[in-house]
Amino acid sequence: MFAYLVRRLFLMLVTLFGISIVIFFLLRIVPGNIVDILFAAAGYVDPADKAELEKQLGIDQPLVMQYLHWIGGFLRGDFGYSYVSEKPALQEILPRIPITARLAGLALLFSASIGIPLGVISAVKQGTRLDYALRIVSLSGLSLPSFWLGLLILTAAVAMFGQIPIFNPNPKTWLEAFATYAVPAAAVGFRSAALTMRITRSSMLEVLRQDYIRTARAKGASEAAVNYHHALKNAILPVITVIGIEAAFLIGGLIVTETVFNIPGVARFLVEAIRWRDYPIVQNLVMFIAVVVVFANFTVDMLYAVFDPRIRYTD
Amino acid sequence: MADKTDLVLDVKNLKTVFFTNSGLFKAVDDLSFSVRRGETLAIVGESGCGKSVTALSLMRLVPDPPGRIVGGSVTLEGTDLLALDESEMRSVRGNRISMIFQEPMTSLNPVMRIGDQIVEAVRLHRNISAKEAHDIAVEMLRLVRIPEPARRAREYPHQLSGGMRQRAMIAMALACRPALLIADEPTTALDVTIQAQILALILDLQKELGTGLVLITHDLGVVAQTAQRVIVMYAGRKVEEASVEALFAAPKHPYTRGLMASIPAVPASGVAAQARLNEIPGTVPSLVRLPQGCAFAPRCKLAIKRCEAEYPPLADWGGGHLAACWRAEEVAEVA
Repeated sequence: MFAYLVRRLFLMLVTLFGISIVIFFLLRIVPGNIVDILFAAAGYVDPADKAELEKQLGIDQPLVMQYLHWIGGFLRGDFGYSYVSEKPALQEILPRIPITARLAGLALLFSASIGIPLGVISAVKQGTRLDYALRIVSLSGLSLPSFWLGLLILTAAVAMFGQIPIFNPNPKTWLEAFATYAVPAAAVGFRSAALTMRITRSSMLEVLRQDYIRTARAKGASEAAVNYHHALKNAILPVITVIGIEAAFLIGGLIVTETVFNIPGVARFLVEAIRWRDYPIVQNLVMFIAVVVVFANFTVDMLYAVFDPRIRYTD
Repeated sequence: MADKTDLVLDVKNLKTVFFTNSGLFKAVDDLSFSVRRGETLAIVGESGCGKSVTALSLMRLVPDPPGRIVGGSVTLEGTDLLALDESEMRSVRGNRISMIFQEPMTSLNPVMRIGDQIVEAVRLHRNISAKEAHDIAVEMLRLVRIPEPARRAREYPHQLSGGMRQRAMIAMALACRPALLIADEPTTALDVTIQAQILALILDLQKELGTGLVLITHDLGVVAQTAQRVIVMYAGRKVEEASVEALFAAPKHPYTRGLMASIPAVPASGVAAQARLNEIPGTVPSLVRLPQGCAFAPRCKLAIKRCEAEYPPLADWGGGHLAACWRAEEVAEVA
């Protein structure tokens, strides 16, 4: 087990190293840098001024040097300064993380707590009207882009209450906090909930055919015990896999949702930073997201062993 | 016949049908039999003859849809199981009537500890603490002769061999001391050497606990070793019923005779083995399109016109030996 963890950790480092290279060079392939953008906005170009500024920011150096400079700093905990605000990158990123983390956590909670029970119900009631209704809802969830759903919710809020919910950075009560995060989280989590439901349903249908389900019934177990205790525990692995993958996809959904709902989180900030070619912010933020996703995958693999005693990580 | 109060199970005119795309078929048709306390009744027949559906019907576990019990009665210790509602039936299942399945490899929940699965069976029917139930589980594992039962109780099914798993299944089925145990081909999936051990175990425990046993098998060798009475089923119907001695001494139905002739004999020393194994020609007819007369007639060497036209009634040949064949009298002579 220990040797497995060490090997696994090493592989995670290799993955992150690869990601850092991809981020860095993708960002350099995008045409223009912050200096181009600033000077284009100002309307005149003095090549000497431009070169001076590029030299100040260090983006006149060869790409390899720039990369080593960034990654060296990253490893030492020096994340550089934002080109735009000129504040330390860490100071810019850190306060925004809890906002997005709450949103993402709530969205995942939403997708699991709705998707899994509905998937079980759909499987148990296979072929009934309820099953068809749930499958239609989940199909619509999969085909509905979260930003459009968000816009619909905002439009509905205006139509019904005459106003749209405004992001409140310091909610006073739990209810206020919930209202602040729940609606956008539901908008972005609807898709994951739909996907989770479909996977739960198909996995449950597979498990419900197994011999041990008949054994459980032969013991005299109730339908609820059979479905949730015996079947779901066996059907949960593919669901965990999907939720793990969804956790990564969620970042993409959050970018648009935070924009639509005007939430000052990490995801919207990232889009802003890309627009300004704010290299230190983009690079470090994407690295941070990559670390989260890699650890999410690792957690999923560890959860396998928790839920299925047949899976043991040995050397 | 036995005293009525001694009856554990009394099945009368049981009828289970399946609704499929190709039509309705009667998986079990007008089946009657009874089991006394401590008695072993064997039900034999080929695949698809309705043995397993009979077992599931007794447990009321026939998957619905497509299957449904449409007639008859199943009386267990004086209660008609078919008249109970689902929650009453649940309190009977695993408690008064239990079942062991064919596939020990897949019949235990892979993500639950062996002990917990037995504990669950006990606690569903007995109002006792988890600790007491655990003690019963370990005791049951000891009873089915699993070495180190306390340690095994903490293990998962994949850590046990096939024979061990079937022992655990037996422990689970008997944990509540049921009046009737149904064993559906309990040894088919096991090695021959393990088969004998498991059968011996079932019989020992049956004797010890006084359980009635319905043993479903296609293996006449198993029947001869274990049962007191035998029912032979063909295409959903009982075609012959007799005590095990009477059946092996003088089968009255040509199908039973065919089954017996199909057992490969070990040749005596110095004698060459038979060049070809005996078989019953043809296959079991489709249950959707059963012939009007005897279902076995198309495969029967003795079949006459009447066999194709009319289904033969179960006739009593004395001593409770029943057979449904127009030519039962000739069966013995031909052999």
